[in-house]
Amino acid sequence: MTTHTLSVLVENKPGVLAHVAGLFSRRAFNITSLSVGPTSDARVSRMTIVVDGETTPVDQVHKQLEKLVRVLKVVELGEDEAVERELALIKVSVQPSVRAELLDIATAYSANVVDMGPETIVLEAVCSPGRLDALIAQLEPHGTCELVRTGLIAIGRGSGTITDEDLAGLGACA
Amino acid sequence: MEVTGAQALVRSLECLGVDVVFGLPGGAILPAYDPLRSSSLRHVLVRHEQGAGHAAEGYAWATGRTGVCMATSGPGATNLVTALADAYMDSVPIVAITGQVPRAMIGTDAFQESDITGITGPITKHNELVTDPGRIPAAIAEAFHIASTGRPGPVLVDLPKDILQATTTWSWPPALDLPGYRVPGPADPERIAAAARLLHQARRPVLYVGGGVIKSDSHEPLRDLAELAQAPVTTTLMARGAFPDSHPLALGMPGMHGMYAAVAALQEADLIVALGARFDDRVTGKLAAFAPKARVVHADIDPAEIGKNRAPDVAIVGDLRTVMAELARATRTIIDVEGPADTAAWVATTAGWKSSYPLRYTQAADGPLKPQHVVERLSAMTGGDAIVVAGVGQHQMHASQHFSFTRPRSWINSGGAGTMGFAVPAAMGAQIGRPGELVVAIDGDGCFQMTAQELATCAIEGLPIKVLIFNNGFLGMVRQWQELFYDERYSEVHLGTDIPDYVKLAEAYGCVGLRCEQPGDVDAVLEKALSVSDVPAVVDFRTHDAEGVFPMVPVGRPNDDIVLGPEFTPAEQQAAARREVIAK
Repeated sequence: MTTHTLSVLVENKPGVLAHVAGLFSRRAFNITSLSVGPTSDARVSRMTIVVDGETTPVDQVHKQLEKLVRVLKVVELGEDEAVERELALIKVSVQPSVRAELLDIATAYSANVVDMGPETIVLEAVCSPGRLDALIAQLEPHGTCELVRTGLIAIGRGSGTITDEDLAGLGACA
Repeated sequence: MEVTGAQALVRSLECLGVDVVFGLPGGAILPAYDPLRSSSLRHVLVRHEQGAGHAAEGYAWATGRTGVCMATSGPGATNLVTALADAYMDSVPIVAITGQVPRAMIGTDAFQESDITGITGPITKHNELVTDPGRIPAAIAEAFHIASTGRPGPVLVDLPKDILQATTTWSWPPALDLPGYRVPGPADPERIAAAARLLHQARRPVLYVGGGVIKSDSHEPLRDLAELAQAPVTTTLMARGAFPDSHPLALGMPGMHGMYAAVAALQEADLIVALGARFDDRVTGKLAAFAPKARVVHADIDPAEIGKNRAPDVAIVGDLRTVMAELARATRTIIDVEGPADTAAWVATTAGWKSSYPLRYTQAADGPLKPQHVVERLSAMTGGDAIVVAGVGQHQMHASQHFSFTRPRSWINSGGAGTMGFAVPAAMGAQIGRPGELVVAIDGDGCFQMTAQELATCAIEGLPIKVLIFNNGFLGMVRQWQELFYDERYSEVHLGTDIPDYVKLAEAYGCVGLRCEQPGDVDAVLEKALSVSDVPAVVDFRTHDAEGVFPMVPVGRPNDDIVLGPEFTPAEQQAAARREVIAK
């Protein structure tokens, strides 16, 4: 699957997420993942949206997002130009006989044990999406009971930032 | 100065130059109706909120100014939904103001509560639930700014009752806080030059003119450009009137029920210059087979329209009025040096198509009465000097095809959304926006019955609109599809011609009611209707129930499969399919 990662700066106002989600649903764009959080400027939130490039015209997504009044900026982050990370919490059933093996896998992926019980452990992993998929595949044979992923977040490599020019414009007259 | 939120709302509307509001009060919007009493604003009390929405649209279509409608919360607001969806599809600038339950009750399923910003998110250019009385002036000013600039569209402002009642400090003008809203600036001169170059090189150019040309008041630069480039012009359903139908370069409407010459010209063109048009499926037919030989210049103010359906060779984003003036200038510069583009053979080809394959219907002297005949008589008797408003269906297509449009903003209809019931309330709005001009709603009997209650509003307001009902007793366009594509298995399309009695209904609403059944009576009845000056005149035209709309490109088919219709011989149809282009 070809995916495209869009970083979207939006005004931190009520209803903005609904506008963005509504755009995707009404134009039949497929979202692979969506994550939202605050930025260093309280007036601005940042969304990271991953879309499926095979079923969704990314150029249209980009242009339609820019038409939303509360959207400040849309940037497509190429895989090579950005650091991409996703956090997952994974609950795995664990028999005493394989506990050491599971912990070895966790170590190999720099995953931390954040909860441990007699029958299950919970691992916390922060990786690129591909590496995370690999970790999950490794754990699968042992019986993954529950999986939660945050969705991708991404930031451009190098000294440039997405926010510089836009924050200056906030609050000015249109 | 301390004012209530409601006073701030009314003052804001006054300061923005609003002259009329179409609306209907109710619980949550009640506070706003109190200061309205002493305001300079004219409020038109509709009978159904959908009527208010379409009236605001008709006003906007007719005047180019932003239309305003107002409703209460819950069902009042949801009754505006169809009109908002319609305005969104046709890029009509309207502002809807809705009451909402008090802030503390939002989310509690309170009486007459509905999440109208949630409901209308996908069908508005923007909307906002205002939660601070101090923000009312800014929210209203922003709504008008967004609705009327860039690609126009509907904006909804939802006002909880308690912020209308709360006091706030009045100040004007407010600062607009729209950091994410951008209107495209001047177009790239290099793109303009590239487009002019393509236009000059083309041997078979067509200007594909959409509603954007009307909205940007670009009909004059359009005429300059067409005459300079000697390029034939097609005007879409949204652009009828942008270019006079009587002009030698006018090919008329393209698309599913377009003129043969317009459809064929686009199919054979080596260059299409799309101006404020969006390659809608009703124009292109099967997209992959549309205009296969053409390079495309696409100019639009909305960047998202560029490449949405058809990839252009030259894309120009900007305000069409400037773009077209610059394109004309660039074309003139090339012509001054290199001489005019040679399109004479092409213009002759398209003119030949116009004369060989015109609109054709037969009106027998003893009936049945054909709808096309009524439109042509109206067109002739008014000399095109009327604002024609249509609903959706056969009557709409017959009106668009057979009325000879001479000027912009003389054609108002529901294009993209296809909203039945649009005509009567939209005509009401148009008449209020342009008092003293002749406004004629051409409507179907199915459409008319959806919003006929606004005749009461029109009669009380003294609006002399004409409503010509093409009463064939059927949902005619659906009937036509069942005839053609379901082997005449008619299902739930028969309405009957006699219930209601449209003459009595008109009279009951305080209007003049007339009936016309014979072709020979059309002129006299139209004259009588046109002479009514104080209330609406409604004419029940008993039109032929089996009359179809032709030409027709069957849905989903390539435009090359255009069917001329039963008035043409098989030999003519075959000749049309061969489509000879005069070689230079």
